[in-house]
Amino acid sequence: MTSLRIPRSPKVIVGLVILSIFIVLTVIGPWIAPYDPNANTFIPNLTPSWEHWFGTTTLGQDVLSQLLVGCRVTMVVGFIAGLVATLISIAVGLAAGYIGGRTDEGLSLLANVFLAIPGLPLLIVINSYLPAGSQANPLVVGLVIALTGWAWGARVLRAQTMSLRDRDFVEASRIIGEKRWRIMWSEIGPNLLPIIAASLLFTILYAVGVYSTLAFLGLTNVSTWNWGTMMYWAQSNNAALANEWWWLAPPGVAIALVGTSLALINFGIDEFINPRLRAAGLTARQRRRVGLTRRPRLGFTPVLRQSPTDAKKVS
Amino acid sequence: MSGSSPRHKASERFDEKGTDGVRTLLRRLAIYLFTAWTTITVNFILPRLMPGDPIQQLIGKLQGRVTPEMIKAIKAQFGQGLNQSMWTQYVHYINQLLHGDLGISITLSSPVSDVLSSQIWWTVGLIGVGAVVSFFIGTALGVLFGWTRGSRADVVIPAATFLQSVPYYFLGTILIMIFAATLHWFPLMGAYDPSLSPDWSWTYIASVLRYGELPLASIVLSSLAGWMLGMRNMMVTTMSEDFVLMAVAKGLSRRRVMWHAARNAVLPSVANLALTIGLLVSGSLLVEQIFNYPGVGNLLVNAVGNEDYPLLQGIFLLITFTVLGANFLADALYYVLDPRTRTAAVH
Repeated sequence: MTSLRIPRSPKVIVGLVILSIFIVLTVIGPWIAPYDPNANTFIPNLTPSWEHWFGTTTLGQDVLSQLLVGCRVTMVVGFIAGLVATLISIAVGLAAGYIGGRTDEGLSLLANVFLAIPGLPLLIVINSYLPAGSQANPLVVGLVIALTGWAWGARVLRAQTMSLRDRDFVEASRIIGEKRWRIMWSEIGPNLLPIIAASLLFTILYAVGVYSTLAFLGLTNVSTWNWGTMMYWAQSNNAALANEWWWLAPPGVAIALVGTSLALINFGIDEFINPRLRAAGLTARQRRRVGLTRRPRLGFTPVLRQSPTDAKKVS
Repeated sequence: MSGSSPRHKASERFDEKGTDGVRTLLRRLAIYLFTAWTTITVNFILPRLMPGDPIQQLIGKLQGRVTPEMIKAIKAQFGQGLNQSMWTQYVHYINQLLHGDLGISITLSSPVSDVLSSQIWWTVGLIGVGAVVSFFIGTALGVLFGWTRGSRADVVIPAATFLQSVPYYFLGTILIMIFAATLHWFPLMGAYDPSLSPDWSWTYIASVLRYGELPLASIVLSSLAGWMLGMRNMMVTTMSEDFVLMAVAKGLSRRRVMWHAARNAVLPSVANLALTIGLLVSGSLLVEQIFNYPGVGNLLVNAVGNEDYPLLQGIFLLITFTVLGANFLADALYYVLDPRTRTAAVH
């Protein structure tokens, strides 16, 4: 087993930095918010200023405070849904891929069904039948999102498990007489880590997106502040027609930044899995540094043993 | 190895590469049919099992707002006060669906199937065209940027990643704000000039096209990046294959080599097409909401707001069946494009 070594490429560092900022804001956001997000006592439609960094809404509320308070709910729902969905996909993917046979058939069918049913409409239907109290509860919504978002990860993990199942080291521990759970957990599991990590990032991305979409459509409790409800209120007060960019931009850019950071970290994991991508993304100066004298050409992509930025320290 | 041989056989039997292409296709069809049945069953069970009895509450709210006959019809549709067993209700429900009867919309007071058939073409037109255009442009860009990997053109990757992360509704709203509300290049919202009445006249069609430009652009912009990034990665991988090197060695022109690699790199994109259709349809429910465009997405959001459960269920079935059908078409396309799936397996 190789230890999980996250490549320290600039992409990954930028991604990690952005994500950490948002995680810090998730924790302290509601405490450092300058005003009460519900207070509508300010002058409406102020452009950004020192008193109101992101201006005020048509309803006379402070945009920055809404953004900071909304960060927590958005991120927590995203992470809970992502974690739960990933746990389901690990369980299903490992079991289907390793046990095979009937178990595989059944679980694969289940995953295929969930993959084929369009997620957002299913979510809207389930959500609309929930009692009003549960609709307002971000935790319940997060679990429903997890229910619709696990299948993709399960499919990828199943494929990888199947390719690992018959390798020699797994065969060896089977012959030794290791228990099935132990083989799955400590022989196959660690080799799935990069894929699990990629699938976790992907699912969190999906969950944050889908939760704020539901909120934007006004299908969750519109008085709970998250980035989707901010957009919902902006949309229903025609912020776009009034050119109130300071109201629209913060929640939209915040969601996009969280998404970008997760995708950038995912790039790092991709480069870890597929060494060819490492060399493909180098600039001329980085190439010289790792000792590649020429541009990658057709039919010849150098496979780097280390991520280029690691190599810098070695040489 | 003999210890694990039964498992080997089992995995080979269900390995898609190991079976004849037609059989794979039939297997996919079976999965889609099963999914369709699951959807119908979920649609039947959800309103009956949910805590708080949403249908009972709905009927309570409707008292006095609609005719007693309609309340009776709704009750019958959800099996209230009929003293039928679940099984009888279920058989009845499936029988109704097979006859194209989706019940009666509460808010619009007309059969759900009529409501849907009058609105679906807006959605199919807008999203269908958007999907095709973004697939082709995105894939072409992916080929180009895959070809020029490692050059300055690589700056598009972080830009595309960011574009991909921008939530669709935000992108759409910003486009309206800049190009419609501020610059007045495009009409603000709607599907056609409200002063016109729908007919097949040239002015009406021109108006529909004009009003469709900005929503279409927003769909293409939001899904372009995904196709581009996927195709670029596949190009990078494919270009290090031996057959591409061979093509260069033969002295083929650059364009021929690029075409050579691209044709082989596009297969995963086609396979992903099936998986993306669902995402696209889901995301595009928002288009109609933002641009105030008619169509199924608009109906869906209104149905949820008005607790119009028959309409909601009908739309869900319609969307799911459309996505399943589109999935199957994409599978069939893959089968046509990849000759390897057509040759019988040789063991």
